Amino acid sequence: MELKKIMFYPGCTLKGVAKNLEDSTVESARVLGYDFIELPGWTCCGAVYGLAQDSVKFTIANVRNLIRAQEYAEKIRDNRLVAVCSMCYNNLRRAHLDVMKNRDKLQTLDLFMDEEPDYKGEINVQHYLTFLKEEGFDKIAENVKKPLKGLKVAPYYGCLLLRPDEVAIDDREDPHILEELLEILGAEVVDYPLKNECCGSYHTVDKKEFVAERTFKLVSVAKEVGADIITTSCPLCFFNLDKRQEIAKKKHSGFEHMPIVYFTQLMAIAFGINDDKVLHFEQHYVSPREVLSRWL
Amino acid sequence: MAMKRIGVFICHCGRNIAGTVDVKRVAEEIGKREDVAFSTTYVFMCSQPGQKLIEDSIKEYNLDGVVVANCSPTLHERTMRNAAARAGLNPYRVEIANIREWAAWPHEDNPEAATRKAIRIINATIEKLKANASLEPLEVPVIRRALVIGGGVAGIQAALDLADAGIETVMVEREPSIGGNMFRLSETFPTLDCPQCILTPKMNDVGGHPNIKLYTYSEIEDVSGFMGNFKVKIKKKATFVDWDKCTGCGECLRVCPVSVKSEYDLGMKDRTSIYIVNEQAVPLKALIDQDSCIRLKFEKKVQEGKIKPKKNVKICSKCADVCEPEAIHFKNNEEIVEEEVGTIVVATGYEVMPAEAFPELGGKYPDVITALQFERLLSPSGPTAGVPRRPSDGKIPKSIAFVHCVGSRDPQNGVPYCSRICCMYTIKQAMLVKHALPDTAVYDFYIDIRSNGKGYEEFYHRAKEEYGVNFIRGKVSKVYKVGDKYRVQGVDTLTGRIVEVDVDMVILATAAKGSEGVKELAKKLRIPYDEWGWLKEVHLKLKPLDTPVGGVFIAGAAQFIKDITDSVAQGSGAAAKSLGLLSKPQLEKEPLLARVDTEICAGCGRCKDQCAYGAITIDPIRHVSVVNEALCEGCGACSANCPTTAIQVVNFKKGQIIRAVDILAEVF
Amino acid sequence: MMKYTIKEDPHNDERVREIMEISGENIFACYQCGRCSSGCPMAEFMDVLPNQVFMFLQEGDVDTLLSARTPWVCAACFTCTVRCPVGLDLAAVMEALRELQLRKNYDYVDPYRVENREELPPIALVSNFRKFTP
Repeated sequence: MELKKIMFYPGCTLKGVAKNLEDSTVESARVLGYDFIELPGWTCCGAVYGLAQDSVKFTIANVRNLIRAQEYAEKIRDNRLVAVCSMCYNNLRRAHLDVMKNRDKLQTLDLFMDEEPDYKGEINVQHYLTFLKEEGFDKIAENVKKPLKGLKVAPYYGCLLLRPDEVAIDDREDPHILEELLEILGAEVVDYPLKNECCGSYHTVDKKEFVAERTFKLVSVAKEVGADIITTSCPLCFFNLDKRQEIAKKKHSGFEHMPIVYFTQLMAIAFGINDDKVLHFEQHYVSPREVLSRWL
Repeated sequence: MAMKRIGVFICHCGRNIAGTVDVKRVAEEIGKREDVAFSTTYVFMCSQPGQKLIEDSIKEYNLDGVVVANCSPTLHERTMRNAAARAGLNPYRVEIANIREWAAWPHEDNPEAATRKAIRIINATIEKLKANASLEPLEVPVIRRALVIGGGVAGIQAALDLADAGIETVMVEREPSIGGNMFRLSETFPTLDCPQCILTPKMNDVGGHPNIKLYTYSEIEDVSGFMGNFKVKIKKKATFVDWDKCTGCGECLRVCPVSVKSEYDLGMKDRTSIYIVNEQAVPLKALIDQDSCIRLKFEKKVQEGKIKPKKNVKICSKCADVCEPEAIHFKNNEEIVEEEVGTIVVATGYEVMPAEAFPELGGKYPDVITALQFERLLSPSGPTAGVPRRPSDGKIPKSIAFVHCVGSRDPQNGVPYCSRICCMYTIKQAMLVKHALPDTAVYDFYIDIRSNGKGYEEFYHRAKEEYGVNFIRGKVSKVYKVGDKYRVQGVDTLTGRIVEVDVDMVILATAAKGSEGVKELAKKLRIPYDEWGWLKEVHLKLKPLDTPVGGVFIAGAAQFIKDITDSVAQGSGAAAKSLGLLSKPQLEKEPLLARVDTEICAGCGRCKDQCAYGAITIDPIRHVSVVNEALCEGCGACSANCPTTAIQVVNFKKGQIIRAVDILAEVF
Repeated sequence: MMKYTIKEDPHNDERVREIMEISGENIFACYQCGRCSSGCPMAEFMDVLPNQVFMFLQEGDVDTLLSARTPWVCAACFTCTVRCPVGLDLAAVMEALRELQLRKNYDYVDPYRVENREELPPIALVSNFRKFTP
């Protein structure tokens, strides 16, 4: 079967400590018939978007990325740019919407990058989940070889897939897209009330105790509602929920570790991929191997 | 015959006009016109000496037309026309030049421009006035009957007041029983009366009143006609039971095998497929819900050809089998009836937003319910006999949280306004919980307590001081389920701390909106409404019960959410308004109506298509437009769309308007 | 500490105006419902709650906010922004409070003094330094 070429924006973290996210994304897409091609010439998205009215510095790199995508889109005749990291998705999409709404800003940026072609505004930035849903979840169902039957999963969206409103991939207070996918994979989805609450984000650099408290709450409640595992799509959420359990455990006696996985890893496993070179469990602080042993 | 002796009276309106416009200069300038016999100024033209000045001047200068330059004609046109009439001048020879709203107020910062603009407005008004005809009001007959739409407490009050005054009154209610939302309540604030005690006598009065004709389970299908002469088509929905025979004994309810959620109990209780709303319903009659009845569903499928009827199979007829008076016939008895009335009172009430609309506040959980649903659990006649229990498991709650302003005061996610009744009913519900369950902890999360009614603030203090309700100032942001409990994530904005509490039940005071379907009804009545389904009054302060359609009044929560006290007062008010019209043998109508020049009219019908009042027909023989003066409101839509000038509104003729506009648009 | 004297109409306060300009938000629209604070995942670590930030601004007391921890504890998660009944973008106002200081070449975080830098993913470092350095 010939694979359909799709532009894929990996982002910095996927090229290093989140190989588990990158490889499981690319491999799960391959199973479904897509060749995820790394966007040629991409640069860092900047991770956070500028909120000041006069801010342009956080937009420029993203618009440059969109111009790269614009060029490549013509070659493959598909204007979709898929990101899987929540922050990358959020930044690229916001930048696109921002310059479409504020044409003056786009003009400033086009002038500043005078050796680049102008951005025409035709790139459709999509999160992997949205891409999958649009292509049809039934495709996924057809490829499930090892249904995750009995695995109790807490779906965790975090912030940047749902907020602010203009970039939300689903209802911001009661999203279901991840639940839908997990159910197709055969997993048992728990009603996880904190699925759209922040993990503490970049405070993990200078205020890791705060983030550890968030992790403590997010993991404890997941446990209280019966989850075995939490799944996410953001490498920062992943790092915070996974690694910061170390501090949480030191501070709260009785706290029990819970493994964190990317939804793409669950997809890969359900598709029958049991390859360390794709799953990279060595990149997890809390190993998911035991909880997932039945399907490995 | 153009007027030649016009009087112009310029009002100072205190400093409102004179503070900006140089009124003396205006009077002088206007006085120079040949057709103006007299011009003057006065501090308040609307005052009695002001009116006297106009009356005396008409006589003294033998005026044949009057322009009063003052405020908007919506305020004092009538005053000035009456004054002229007293002096023997035809009132339609008086025009208002609005120099306050048009010149003085918008140009406060530029008195010179305001003065020049005032002169121009008056000159334009004089040109319009000069071609005014003398007119006499029209007289139309009145049908001395009234219609009340909506059988809640406001409608009940209106109907009883009208009926007691000797007016034959038709009441239409879409539910099977009258009583409205008040009939669902547990007790009322601040007196703690139970509606089952104070409302049911009024309901029975309606049911048994010789002057009231009651249509329940019925809806308005169509309204035509005009003030004093409305024709109303009413759809009586299918009950499948002969209400003339039904005694309301309730035997059928005991044998019906089907169980569905009760609308009256807002899903807090089940009812059978054949049902009576409750024991105190008026009228006390049974009806069958065709969507759940086994027999009717089966018959429908057979009719649609989806299944073939089998022989020798007996389809459920348990209710009919036990019905002694043989009232249950399973026949679709929907019918349309017609009534003629002189006035209409619209009292369609309100509804509240559902809990499900607020997923972040746990609206999807069974024990997170709206306050109106909780009324049923607090009601002695409700499913839990007044001792609240959790809908999920029937357990008695040990702790309850109340959340105010759910969707209210929230233009981004709900409605922008305060829903007005929630503070008080929440306080009441908190009290009733403490009364029924003294050991249950009650947490009331509010933003501001709005207790602006007689006895309301005192009621709030009782809840705090005597009942032990915990009040916490801050909006709750999230409610979620952990184990058997609901975790309420709130804030205390006064101490500046995040507050978290685990409770067994959460009650949401969700925003109120106009009743479902009210917009469609409003369209039939041609009365305006807003995006939240509230019917629009003519003037918020001074004409709160009037609509722009003569003879149609609004009352109660249909106009905007209000409590029982205010609803009852408005019900009586609307009844008085109706009586005012119905007590006259003939109604006077403004003669400013469309008239057809049959010499010019080609009968093209464009005016007919534009008329919102159905006042125009095309004479099939002469092939010209004909205006029904009783229906015409003089809006002018016909005239604006006439390709010639065949149809025009009296005293708003094309020549008059063009001359006025020419002056207004003249370049300096 | 527990007394504050209003010296001029806060609507005319230059720094309040600057915050409104940078954020693009009318801070006077806040009516103190508290929904921002009750939903804030970081509120328990703050010294001034989000709703209080708006009251300080409405009273013209920018000094208290410039010395507060709160703007630096905000994680820009937008929970408040999307829930605010009057549509205020609170995250942008917090950013404006940070910008007021960062634009004076102030480093809230010194990239060279971050503990265990090697264990942190690029996404954490980039986002942190972007928010906390000029």
